Amino acid sequence: MTILVIAEHDNKVLAPATLNTVAAAAKIGGDIHVLVAGQGAGAVAEAAAKIAGVSKVLVADNAAYAHQLPENVAPLVAELGAGYSHILAAATSNGKNILPRVAAQLDVDQISEIISVESADTFKRPIYAGNAIATVQSNASVKVITVRATGFDPVAAEGGSAAVEAVAAVHDAGTSSFVGEELAKSDRPELTAAKIVVSGGRGMQNGDNFKHLYALADKLGAAVGASRAAVDAGFVPNDMQVGQTGKIVAPQLYIAVGISGAIQHLAGMKDSKVIVAINKDEEAPIFQVADYGLVADLFEAVPEFEKLV
Amino acid sequence: MKVLVAVKRVVDYNVKVRVKADNSGVDLANVKMSMNPFCEIAVEEAVRLKEKGVATEIVVVSIGPTTAQEQLRTALALGADRAILVESAEELTSLAVAKLLKAVVDKEQPTLVILGKQAIDSDNNQTGQMLAALTGYGQGTFASKVEVSGDKVAVTREIDGGAQTVSLKLPAIVTTDLRLNEPRYASLPNIMKAKKKPLEVLTPDALGVSTASTNKTLKVEAPAARSAGIKVKSVAELVEKLKNEAKVI
Repeated sequence: MTILVIAEHDNKVLAPATLNTVAAAAKIGGDIHVLVAGQGAGAVAEAAAKIAGVSKVLVADNAAYAHQLPENVAPLVAELGAGYSHILAAATSNGKNILPRVAAQLDVDQISEIISVESADTFKRPIYAGNAIATVQSNASVKVITVRATGFDPVAAEGGSAAVEAVAAVHDAGTSSFVGEELAKSDRPELTAAKIVVSGGRGMQNGDNFKHLYALADKLGAAVGASRAAVDAGFVPNDMQVGQTGKIVAPQLYIAVGISGAIQHLAGMKDSKVIVAINKDEEAPIFQVADYGLVADLFEAVPEFEKLV
Repeated sequence: MKVLVAVKRVVDYNVKVRVKADNSGVDLANVKMSMNPFCEIAVEEAVRLKEKGVATEIVVVSIGPTTAQEQLRTALALGADRAILVESAEELTSLAVAKLLKAVVDKEQPTLVILGKQAIDSDNNQTGQMLAALTGYGQGTFASKVEVSGDKVAVTREIDGGAQTVSLKLPAIVTTDLRLNEPRYASLPNIMKAKKKPLEVLTPDALGVSTASTNKTLKVEAPAARSAGIKVKSVAELVEKLKNEAKVI
């Protein structure tokens, strides 16, 4: 068995989610190869070669792959991946965009967002917003799988010394082009990588009130998230959403402020190590999953919290 | 320009689902069913394109049981012109659904196909991308903005950490994310009118599509429950516990 892992990167830095995906590959067992498709991504390939447990790094360097356009990257992955037993990618926006296109090209069903490896052909994944866990078996010749990063502890980023090999294949479908990108600039850590996350819900009442959460987050070195209710109400942008339809997080400490605890939100944060809930409604379902619950007015509690840490 | 919208009948998003005692699946008996929320956004986007004069005809398609006609009638009431049901009593995988949609695309030749990014039952997030692979069209997934101009469509996509805009040659596939629009409600007169709109029923066999799968669900279980912790009386107590007991700050 040889497993192909698709590296997640921005042509400069290898994203940490790749380490969790390699961890899933290691659980399956067999040789692990990593594909870096991009443009000018030499540093990413070097980083991938150092990942513990990786035996080979394939580098496809071409302008057609610069922005991870699925119309170009999927045919490359399908061509290279056809000889592998498994193709794995992180369940990031790139992985979710590209991998189903690969699976359809290979005429196999994909298994999305696995949270555990039961055997080389059997995996567990959440369905119904995490309200049920399905055990799924694949008899496909190539098993195409996306990996939920929070389900696997990352492997070591250092310690390996894989061979780096260039791939000449160029696929440029010509059906799509990159126009632009607007990335939120923030000094705070990225939501899915943060050790502490402070999230606000409908109880925040408006977007301006999120300043209380930013102040607390900056004291704690935390990322700031939000519930779908807060996003739908227009308080904050969608890329802050924690939940089944947003980001899945599992930090050391998750602080839910003014969040009632809808099922879809719990699905995105219930694997956090310690959960704190601050809500004035003592019946709020969030308290059923919280390690520490505080029934209080958040507009008094959060500023006080900030002063005490 | 013809727009094809695919919709799925799923458990209503307000229902708390329960796993069956024999672990064979989720109990769907006597549970409220609705149109998948992301599919509602897809229908709304198509209707807005028609109101702007960009789209001339909206065809809505569903792959599912006979009862999925209810969701197709809802889409017709919201502004779709006609409906197609590809009837299948069994639960199909995303690849099988994408193959059936490909057959419908071949038949209808739409310029734009809009789907929800994922269904809230299987949570696969695959069908749109797979349909794009099978048709060879460009894909604009997780769309927060869709702008058609000439023979191209610009799609702004929700990505990790922000937004990305891509330009796709038409015909193209778009999948919707939450912020694309806010779906309207159907008015009573439109619900009545929708009953008279055409609804064609097809079968996978008639379309010549095999729905065989490489995946098999062995069992479905309830997730491990997280036990509730303690209530603290004050912020000071909370901070003390986090520092000294949980040791996370």
